[in-house]
Amino acid sequence: MMKSPSSAAMLRRLTALLPAGRVLEAPAQLAAYESDGLTAFKTTPLAVVVLETQDEVIATVRFCRDEKIPFVARGSGTSLSGGSLPVAGGIVITLNRLNKILRLDPAQRIAVVEPGVINLAVTAAAQPYGLHFAPDPSSQSICTIGGNVAFNSGGAHCLKYGMTSNHVLGLKAVLATGEVVEFGGASREQVGPDWTGLFVGNEGLFGIALEITLQLLPRAEMFHTVLAGYRTLEQAGDAVAAVIASGLLPGAIEIMDALALEAAVAAVHAEYPPDSAAVLIVELEGPREVVAADRVRLDEILAKSGAVEVKVARDGAERMAIWKGRKSAFSAVGRLSPDFIVQDGVVPRRRLGEALRRIGEMSREAGLRCANVFHAGDGNLHPLILYNGREPDGLVRAEALAGKILRMCVEMGGSITGEHGVGVEKRDYLPDMFSADEIDCLKRVRAAFDPGELANPGKMFPVTGAPALAQHGMHPLEQAGVISRE
Amino acid sequence: MTAVLSPVTPAELADAVRSAPRVLAVGGGTKPRMSRAAADVVKISTVKLRGVVEYEPSEFTFTALAGTPVREIVATLGERGQYLPFDPLFSAAGATLGGTLASGVSGPGRFRFGGLRDFVLGVRFVDGGGRLLRLGGKVVKNAAGFDLPKFFVGSVGRFGALAEVTFKVFPRPLATRTLRLDAKNATAMTEIFTAAGSARWELDALDASPGEGAVYARLAAPAPALDALAKEILSRWPGTVLADNAAAKLWSDVVEAAWAHAGGTLVKFALTPSQVPEFVAGFPAVARGWVSAGGNVGYLSLPAGAAFPSFATATEGKPAFAWPAVTLRGDVALWPGAPPRFEVMRAVKIALDPQNRFPNLDD
Repeated sequence: MMKSPSSAAMLRRLTALLPAGRVLEAPAQLAAYESDGLTAFKTTPLAVVVLETQDEVIATVRFCRDEKIPFVARGSGTSLSGGSLPVAGGIVITLNRLNKILRLDPAQRIAVVEPGVINLAVTAAAQPYGLHFAPDPSSQSICTIGGNVAFNSGGAHCLKYGMTSNHVLGLKAVLATGEVVEFGGASREQVGPDWTGLFVGNEGLFGIALEITLQLLPRAEMFHTVLAGYRTLEQAGDAVAAVIASGLLPGAIEIMDALALEAAVAAVHAEYPPDSAAVLIVELEGPREVVAADRVRLDEILAKSGAVEVKVARDGAERMAIWKGRKSAFSAVGRLSPDFIVQDGVVPRRRLGEALRRIGEMSREAGLRCANVFHAGDGNLHPLILYNGREPDGLVRAEALAGKILRMCVEMGGSITGEHGVGVEKRDYLPDMFSADEIDCLKRVRAAFDPGELANPGKMFPVTGAPALAQHGMHPLEQAGVISRE
Repeated sequence: MTAVLSPVTPAELADAVRSAPRVLAVGGGTKPRMSRAAADVVKISTVKLRGVVEYEPSEFTFTALAGTPVREIVATLGERGQYLPFDPLFSAAGATLGGTLASGVSGPGRFRFGGLRDFVLGVRFVDGGGRLLRLGGKVVKNAAGFDLPKFFVGSVGRFGALAEVTFKVFPRPLATRTLRLDAKNATAMTEIFTAAGSARWELDALDASPGEGAVYARLAAPAPALDALAKEILSRWPGTVLADNAAAKLWSDVVEAAWAHAGGTLVKFALTPSQVPEFVAGFPAVARGWVSAGGNVGYLSLPAGAAFPSFATATEGKPAFAWPAVTLRGDVALWPGAPPRFEVMRAVKIALDPQNRFPNLDD
């Protein structure tokens, strides 16, 4: 794409602002940033700037404000909602090099980090003190805290521990207005309106977090991880209901359906009880005495739940094997189908069975296969819609089915997104969840932070004129099994 | 003082907000400093805006109108073996759900699973334009739209009037046990806070009474687990196990701030455990204090008329008020120490309340 003379001049001014070599403009350099984890969408930015310090981020954002250039902050680009999809004519600000853990205070149990720090690196740094960072999105070995903050990422432990937002105590950020703000602090308690809570999950529409104060939790002393196979999905769902009704509070409750199991077996040679159409994973955690008491109750419930087989992880290795099968299910589906999209709806937990039945019916009507992996404890569904992008209408049909599923989630009293965010992918469904007045209210709040609509425009709110849909298969890291779509 | 409006439904609340140029919603009045406002501000009482809208125990969520008394919710949840883990304050005194959310105060149970902000899922509120809006969701996991429900925590009614709130709840622990640990001074308290905060026991609450020289640690777990955990903690620090009735009274007194001066000043501080000694050292002789959530929350109580301490500390060479603080009761500033204000805060106020119908944050 030819740059206009005015954009070329603007880029020269931007280049002059930063140390040499930080502004990438060559088509081959830009190609790596055209998409994120939502590979069906693709936009080429005007330039990519590679920043290393907070001052550089502040200067770049103020430059964008003055020049009225849209910008998109990006970490590792694992967003599944297209949250870091570039804007045509705008710049991408990469934050991976702002990757310092500035402070780790085991006494206060906090870590202060820059936005480019990898999620798992926080836990790695905290581990020597017996602490960990609770939010665990499946991409945690590569996704960054900045991205987790922008999209309020979840994971498998949200019922008990909440989402990213529940673990961010404070932050320093540069807003799209150029103002540098500090919200919250090192205390677990807040005073005044929860500005930190408002910032987390802003999807990049407010500005860029520069320093984030995270709370760390003691690592559980003991885990009790159980995998139970069932002949039907309904039985697995009933077992979840029984666990919840018992008053137990497991750290994680997950279900995989037959197609997801098939994929996990093919990909990582996971072993599941034979004849299982669904597998339930329940994990208890806590002090050993508590787990010992709780597991008696859990074992009784599962013994009466009609399971084909109940397997208990006897050691850490067996526990990891169970989680490996679970966490690989998404990329594993890639072995069953040339292409797939993953959805992220939430339904009230008691309606999970009904939701799955309707997803089954809708996918049969659409002539598409759909695998289901979900966080059963919190009603967060992840239907994986399998399609062939080489068929002319493959993606369009898959997107149509995805849309039906999201609308069903809203009708049932749930949400269009549990943890991936609205991004580009689900922005057209925001009006299904919120009234025109409510969206107007959200837009006014956005305008308070970003009156020029320069920070990550085109995300969250419906717009006219969609970005190009493109077909280019799995994310390279996904193919390598490093990340998965969840 | 102008007439008090008493809406019964969310729609009536919206009418009430639109009915006057300056309004402020008030719940049970248990934190009166937060709802004090200029004479031209019309108070909207939420006491008739009450009742549970939706409660599905299997979902771990409930939705109730903002004026619903906390104690009714506690009772309703208790019938189904559930509870609000952050132990809402002033339940017996008549605090409402909406007032609890708007004041942003949590009780001792916030130590383990987090405070109010970690359990609010959705709100229905009337903005300054008089529009009834619903943001957040009714399910335990939701990432759609900006998190206005969290923003309303601690916003003291300055950005909107709450009509309805949705909270996450948890199953109530099968049994609890409370230990009283000796802590002769604040340094000893900090030592316990720090060590216990990272320990394997997963304490449910960890509060301290500076006046008594005691730390109170509450375990919540299945009964068979309690003996071993309590024994291990008591082998580390000298102390005693409280009898069940004494423990129940202790925690109820904490939730009601029974230790504080009647008719006096009550101020909450956001602290870190390492700041507790400095916080306690700043108390004037007439003051009483309580430290909660493992040293993350401090309360200061003064008898009526007593001068408020300066709590000055030198930060980067500049003397400053030491910690973020908010006044619940008494005749002192709502935000002692004048917290930092940013331009965006004014902009958000205009976004949600363009006609300045609700008082300003610093009014």
